[in-house]
Amino acid sequence: MDQIFVTLKHWLVGFGPAQCQPIISAIISVAGIIGVFATLFAITTVLERKGLGRIQNRYGPNRVGPFGILQPLADGVKAIIKEDIVPRTADSVVHFLAPLVLVAPVFLALAVVPMGRNMVAIDIDAGVLFFFAVGAATELLLFMAGWSSRNKYSLLGAMRAIAQMISYEVPLILSAVSVIMIAGSLSTVKIIEAQAGYAGGLPRWFVLTPWGLAGFILFMIAAAAESNRSPFDLPEGESEIIAGYYIEYSGFKFALFFLGEYIGMFAVSGLAITLFLGGWHAPFAFLTWIPSYVWFFGKLLALIAVFIWVRGTLPRLRMDQLMNFAWKFMLPMALINLVTAGIWRFLDPGISRWLICSFLVLGPYIMLARGLLQGSNVGKRTYRYAD
Amino acid sequence: MLGEGIVKGMAETARNFLGSYVKEDRLTTVQYPEERLPQKEAARNFPFLVYDGDDWQAGMRCVACQICEKECPPQCIYITKSKDKKPDHAGKAQLYPAIFDIDISVCMSCQICVEVCPFDAIKMDTEFELSTGDRFGDLLQHKNDLSKPNTYFRKLHPTEAAEADARLAAEKAKAEAKGKADAEAKAKAAAAPKPLAAALAPALAK
Amino acid sequence: MILLIILALLTLVGAVAAMSLRNLVHCALALTVAFAGLAALYLQLDAQFVGFAQILVYIGAVAILIVFAILLTRGSETPQPSILSPSWLGGIAVAVVVFSVLAMTIVRSAITDRNLPAAPQVSVRQIGEQLMTKYLLPLEVIGLLLTAALIGAVIIAMQEKETK
Repeated sequence: MDQIFVTLKHWLVGFGPAQCQPIISAIISVAGIIGVFATLFAITTVLERKGLGRIQNRYGPNRVGPFGILQPLADGVKAIIKEDIVPRTADSVVHFLAPLVLVAPVFLALAVVPMGRNMVAIDIDAGVLFFFAVGAATELLLFMAGWSSRNKYSLLGAMRAIAQMISYEVPLILSAVSVIMIAGSLSTVKIIEAQAGYAGGLPRWFVLTPWGLAGFILFMIAAAAESNRSPFDLPEGESEIIAGYYIEYSGFKFALFFLGEYIGMFAVSGLAITLFLGGWHAPFAFLTWIPSYVWFFGKLLALIAVFIWVRGTLPRLRMDQLMNFAWKFMLPMALINLVTAGIWRFLDPGISRWLICSFLVLGPYIMLARGLLQGSNVGKRTYRYAD
Repeated sequence: MLGEGIVKGMAETARNFLGSYVKEDRLTTVQYPEERLPQKEAARNFPFLVYDGDDWQAGMRCVACQICEKECPPQCIYITKSKDKKPDHAGKAQLYPAIFDIDISVCMSCQICVEVCPFDAIKMDTEFELSTGDRFGDLLQHKNDLSKPNTYFRKLHPTEAAEADARLAAEKAKAEAKGKADAEAKAKAAAAPKPLAAALAPALAK
Repeated sequence: MILLIILALLTLVGAVAAMSLRNLVHCALALTVAFAGLAALYLQLDAQFVGFAQILVYIGAVAILIVFAILLTRGSETPQPSILSPSWLGGIAVAVVVFSVLAMTIVRSAITDRNLPAAPQVSVRQIGEQLMTKYLLPLEVIGLLLTAALIGAVIIAMQEKETK
């Protein structure tokens, strides 16, 4: 039951001639990934709107199918039949290429995320590095999208988006590096193997260690900023900059941007699950009979739910607040987390390791948090009236 | 900045989310075509004609006095009087409108026609789902579209209907009382001056 | 072999386009294509770490830096009518001479003695180990250099704010 997809793929690949078998295998993997994640994207749009609606004391979309489940079909039809408007002075080649080329790297990033036992599309030695490399490539494409529209707001949105993505890449990569250091390999499969096993009933996932928890939280915040997700969605905020770098895109290209953003969210959640939450491992030893891909997608849905929850709760961060947060808070915390992970590795297992590392993580957190608040007065607002 | 504000906010949001499934009064959305909010009593949209009883033609209160037609600011009412008369609620024979049209694409819901009607015949309806396909013809409502029973009026605007009913009942009672007094006086007159008539009759016959 | 030719063509086309396009931002984007072709060449040679590092650093950071530099300085001007200078014939002649000298040197050198050793299977672990043991001093010097650059950037940005 656990390996049903792997055996299915091997059976299908067996039909082809022996020379093209690697290519056929790759094509089947790619088709599977695109199919599954595109469907997950459709479901996520509906779940997000309904979830946000319930948080805001209203129903979400509930007209199209039973409980609104077929809403993505309606959205898809709308996106396809909308007129494709390209501004006359826009750079038409770049304007056309930007959404297309944007979708490619985000799907590529999903290739190194293992979705079950033996279910990685590509198992390379430098998997995590590949993931970050591909993620970095999407920033330039955002800029292309923003610049080619020849619109001040679009360009401004693109600049802000790039600045935000570059700033948050550093804590993202540093928190991942602490995991890589402990696991000893850049390959995603080996990182998951390093989290196998159960110690005293609890799984040996990295999130259940002090540096792992801090690293996980930092990673999730940086991931939200990387995929331009609320509360970091200033570059695409509707009331600030009228949708930022994709103002001038209509119809299907807009849908492609949306797809790219959500698949980016899935990819980075998938990597978080791989690095911190133990990949496709079950949380308790008596639950291992449930197939591994069920655990992976369950964890993925849980992380997506957390993203939606945070989106419904927090207000948008202003640009300078965003940058301050990245450089002054997250970067020092990520560096200290790295040091703590190293210290964890070299201490003997026991309660002292826990205490020392927790202190090493919480101490700077409290000091930074207090210290960064010195300048601003966040008490009750006082008003001065004109007399 | 330690993050407790964020955690408190997320707890509040979670409470909203879970509460919306459990408690009915959290979701204040009224899902429109299936559920409707009840209208307030003083709501008004376009006028309608009131009729008493079951037959809308026999019980119509309107006597085609044309006051509402003259008072209507956008002049959206068109009335033509009938040739014959029919009895009204108090038994007196009154004219009735042969044609009574209101163009509700012109009507501005000012309620002046209701205020000036001396017969409580035209009142304000609250019906707003009046979209039609034809832009010019379908929004012209005729007598048969406009007539609605008094029970409907009572349901829509209970206090106004109670007032109107009380007034009409009082008039009817007065008319009946007057009718009875007239009949009594006539009967007495028929019985009393008999001797005079009997005395004069031979003189008149001569 | 075919893959090598395709990738090499892609890189060359990107590089030539980066020189000869009129709009500066288009040139920067063509340069990005050249970087991508180069990364693909590294990957084809099984140098995974260098290939991904090329994508991460060059496309993810250097190309963005180039684009920012163009936009913040002169990129918004209308493109020049001609990108060829008047003495383009002499330029081509010089380029051909330099290329032939380099090509002859490479072809006649010891690299083309056909007893090549087997390509080493370099894993990331080995690169890491070498960096931490044999090449530790260059690593630390690079770290110092980057720190100096970072501090310099902060100082430049800060001074602009103070002199306002």
